[in-house]
Amino acid sequence: MLVSPNPHLHSKTTTAVLMRDVVIALLPAVIVSVVFYGWKELLVLAVSVLSCVLVEYLITRYCLKKASTIGDWSAIVTGILLALNLPTTTPWWVVFIGALVAIGVAKMTFGGLGQNVFNPALVGRVFLLISFPTYMTHWEIPQGLFGVDAISGATPLGVIKEGLMQGASVPELMAQHGYSYSQMLFANIGGSAGEACAIAILVGFIYLVARKVIKPWITLSILGTVAAVSCIFWLANPAQFTDPLFNLLTGGLLLGSCFMATDYVTSPMTTKGGIIFGIGIGFITLMIRYFGSYPEGMSFAILIMNSTVPLLNNWFHQKKYGRA
Amino acid sequence: MITTIIWTIAIISGLGLLLALTLYLVAQRFKVEEDPRIELVEKAMPGANCGGCGFAGCHAFADSAVKAPNLDNHFCPVGGNETMKKVAEILGYEIKEKAPMVAVVRCNGTCTNRPKVNDYDGSISCKVKASLYAGDTGCAFGCLGCGDCVAACQFGALSMDPETGLPVVDESKCTACGACTKACPKAIIELRKKGPRGMREYVSCVNKDKGPAAKKACAAACIGCGICVKTCTHGAIVLENNVAYIDPEKCKLCRECEAMCPTGAIHGVNFPKPLDKDAVKARIQERQKKAREAAAAAAEAAKAATAPQPVEGNNEVKKEENNG
Amino acid sequence: MARRTFSIGGVHPNDAKISRDCKIETLPTPPVVYIAVAQHIGAPAKPVVAVGDKVKAGQVIAEPGGFMSAYIHSSVSGTVKSIGPRKDLSGNNQTVVEIAVEGDEWMEGIDRTDTLITEIPQDPKEIIEKIKLGGVVGLGGATFPTHVKLSPPPGKKCEMLIINGCECEPYLTSDFRTLLEKGEQVVIGTAIIKKALGVDKATIAIEDNKPEAIEHITKVVEGLKAKSADYAGIEVLSLMKKYPEGGEKQLIDAVMHRQVKSGGLPIDVGAVVDNVCTALAVYEAVQKNKPLVDNSVTVTGECFPHQANLLVRVGTPLNYIIDYLGGVPENAAKVISGGPMMGKAIANLEAATLKGTGGLLFLTREQTKRMPDSSCIRCGKCADACPMGLEPFLLNRLAKAGNTEALEENAVQDCIMCGCCLYSCPAGIPLLDVISQARGQIMGIMKARAAAAKAAAEAAKAKTE
Repeated sequence: MLVSPNPHLHSKTTTAVLMRDVVIALLPAVIVSVVFYGWKELLVLAVSVLSCVLVEYLITRYCLKKASTIGDWSAIVTGILLALNLPTTTPWWVVFIGALVAIGVAKMTFGGLGQNVFNPALVGRVFLLISFPTYMTHWEIPQGLFGVDAISGATPLGVIKEGLMQGASVPELMAQHGYSYSQMLFANIGGSAGEACAIAILVGFIYLVARKVIKPWITLSILGTVAAVSCIFWLANPAQFTDPLFNLLTGGLLLGSCFMATDYVTSPMTTKGGIIFGIGIGFITLMIRYFGSYPEGMSFAILIMNSTVPLLNNWFHQKKYGRA
Repeated sequence: MITTIIWTIAIISGLGLLLALTLYLVAQRFKVEEDPRIELVEKAMPGANCGGCGFAGCHAFADSAVKAPNLDNHFCPVGGNETMKKVAEILGYEIKEKAPMVAVVRCNGTCTNRPKVNDYDGSISCKVKASLYAGDTGCAFGCLGCGDCVAACQFGALSMDPETGLPVVDESKCTACGACTKACPKAIIELRKKGPRGMREYVSCVNKDKGPAAKKACAAACIGCGICVKTCTHGAIVLENNVAYIDPEKCKLCRECEAMCPTGAIHGVNFPKPLDKDAVKARIQERQKKAREAAAAAAEAAKAATAPQPVEGNNEVKKEENNG
Repeated sequence: MARRTFSIGGVHPNDAKISRDCKIETLPTPPVVYIAVAQHIGAPAKPVVAVGDKVKAGQVIAEPGGFMSAYIHSSVSGTVKSIGPRKDLSGNNQTVVEIAVEGDEWMEGIDRTDTLITEIPQDPKEIIEKIKLGGVVGLGGATFPTHVKLSPPPGKKCEMLIINGCECEPYLTSDFRTLLEKGEQVVIGTAIIKKALGVDKATIAIEDNKPEAIEHITKVVEGLKAKSADYAGIEVLSLMKKYPEGGEKQLIDAVMHRQVKSGGLPIDVGAVVDNVCTALAVYEAVQKNKPLVDNSVTVTGECFPHQANLLVRVGTPLNYIIDYLGGVPENAAKVISGGPMMGKAIANLEAATLKGTGGLLFLTREQTKRMPDSSCIRCGKCADACPMGLEPFLLNRLAKAGNTEALEENAVQDCIMCGCCLYSCPAGIPLLDVISQARGQIMGIMKARAAAAKAAAEAAKAKTE
């Protein structure tokens, strides 16, 4: 006979189930990216996932001498997210270094899943961005599955940033490069694999919300903030600042707000805290896009706001029963 | 060039001096006047800050000791008499030497003695287990085996024996701070006099159930039969709530009770020679026979003198039959 | 219209009411009963019978041991065999009165017929006295003496009586069966309690997974309202199925949209909550002079072949009930007294039922075995689930660090031990185990502090005088 304190039933949703749901939610983006970028993207994905899992396994088994934690699927999530954040042309050894930093430095040194302060995949990505800028800014225009004539170029955000520095205006640049919103929605634009198709990411996001894996508030507050703030700037000076829709659909904004900012470990525990967290990310992203030296600021914005999470958790608490 | 270096050195030194002065002044301004003896006493303490003395730490002990009129209520179990002598010297007090103590685990409910009757499936914590139910054996009083005492010991003196499932005290490390006695929800661990050369005699059971119930739950239980009480010639054993207790102040370490105990609940430790139960039993029987003869003779004499009286020592006859 | 429920947290376990169609059946009287003297919150009752005494069913065998205590009656007729310690369901010794059953003779004046008496006494004092003499305690789980609950402290006014028919615990169906089969008695009991409290409004709250009960009780209430003015103001309210709806504080929130302050009582917001079985017991005590000597117990579980709702005499050994229904199934790994969320795992099947025993649940190893805990992923599901709006992950961390000040600040003392946090934790962290320990510790500290403050105030008062 078993004897234990109450409750005697447990929800079937375990950590592994939650993480598997995130993987499932990422599948549309993964499939789309493989279809549009071809086998090169598949290679990046495979290297990234395998090396994340391998690094975690080796560290838990041989450095920490504990039972391996790869069964919780979290390393796989990190691997996919890292891969979706890299250009398809990234050499395999650069991907491996990224995975090593993501899991080895950003996750395991803090004590593994649940203990890390910063999103591991983003730390890996930013590390690569700073260490190997040539590989990390060499983007490819999607050519379809097994396409041979890869054309490389800059992302829309990069093009606009460069153009603005040379004195051109936003509408001119948009017209010159023929950027259209439908292109952005349906994956036909230069950038990292995960940035390519907005629809695929939104489908995954809706799945996560429907399965109650995440609450939508962080994502919505990021998108809302970006839309509102860019609207103000754009209305003030449409020649100098890009419009809200362009900002929402380009760069890693959607991938970041749906999958990276909502990471359990590195986001606030309460809804109130989450909304402040999202506003912070949206605002910082735009500031970097408009005024910073990098064309894209999502990664930095999330990492900066990650560091405020303990503070937000301290400030914003649940509404308690029977207490004002 | 030279002037730059000179200026740099001058400014840095000036700044250093200024800050040093500020620090000094602030330290002077906010200095807390304290009896200098407190610091001396604290230096004489072991510095473990274990709280075994009943104070929050060594400083709190020192502070209280300096202010107290005598040292009757102050004793550092970790440092023992050595430390207390030093403290007394500093403060100019007299102290009485206390016998060194050691933690004693009063349960011998090993896996073989005390079979499991159910499986505990809650947190591995004696506190949680004790508040839930009587435990996973038939004994509601014995060791729960989750190791709260081991976790409470700051000196590494306790460890769980994987074979018996009971805690083991390392006498060389035990400082008798009493942390384990407070941690144990069943109050099994007792601080006892260490005894001459570590020799001591104790009842290794706290089961308050009646004999048959106790015996059913555990083969090594004290069944409250009272044989030890009758055997003891020093009046050192009391039987209360169906469990015997040996008063270490009165016990003369003759080990007669240990030899007579039907369940082996009485333990003698650190004796140079193993106990020869038969020899001791023979000795006791011889003595009791003589006593009985003397009593009979006395009774006869009394009978001759006055009216007939019930024969004393009836119980002893019965007991001997039990042992036979 | 949105389904009404409480506002904070809650979980949705599968309600698994597999015994819902089993009629309440009377269990044969066992050969011997063991009636504990501590069957309620508060002071244990004091036995007033001696070994060898002949007792009748319904006879008082123990008197209240204090203000917060209750009468205990013999549930059978027979001879008192012993009074002394016996192991309860958790294996700890409790004082019980052992009675060997002989025949089934009841005390005089007890009406055991099914005749419905709809006319209720009008004097609150008389009602409360009868409830006290009947040994009625709250049958929703806490076993709070009902006569104490119905005598609000001076200055507090009850505005609404809530009769709790939620039965939000999965598996249990005894309240549901009682509503269906003894709906009239429950409603009359409600009117009696309403009269005792002198309150105009009463709400019978039922979760919407029991539409038959809602329909039946609505009809009964309408019928009785037509008969007498005593039944005016009784309403039936359907609530959304969510655990722990039947928690007193949650139910008040759901029904009245008011929240009881931390450390306060329901009466502070003008509410008194009683279970449907309590209402039935009140009916029997007041109208029929029948004290609380039996209660309905659900015996259930997927692995248990003979689902049943049984009317059981208080003090019946659990293994007698189980043997009557065919014994413990082979694949059952855990037997629980009560529901799966807040019930107590049974370590000793020789223990006997108490007044508050509402269910015996058999769960298999796969259903109930805890998974090994892994590290917290800070998903916040525990905080979302907590119906008191606490943050279990934080309390767990603070409790492990022994930070008593922060624990009190974060309201660990408000925990109602519903188990939602541990139920929902994906990492299987034993949150409630740790939190309930911390809760006990903090409540102890608060009590000591209050006592010290009171003593200091009294000393100051004595000085000025």
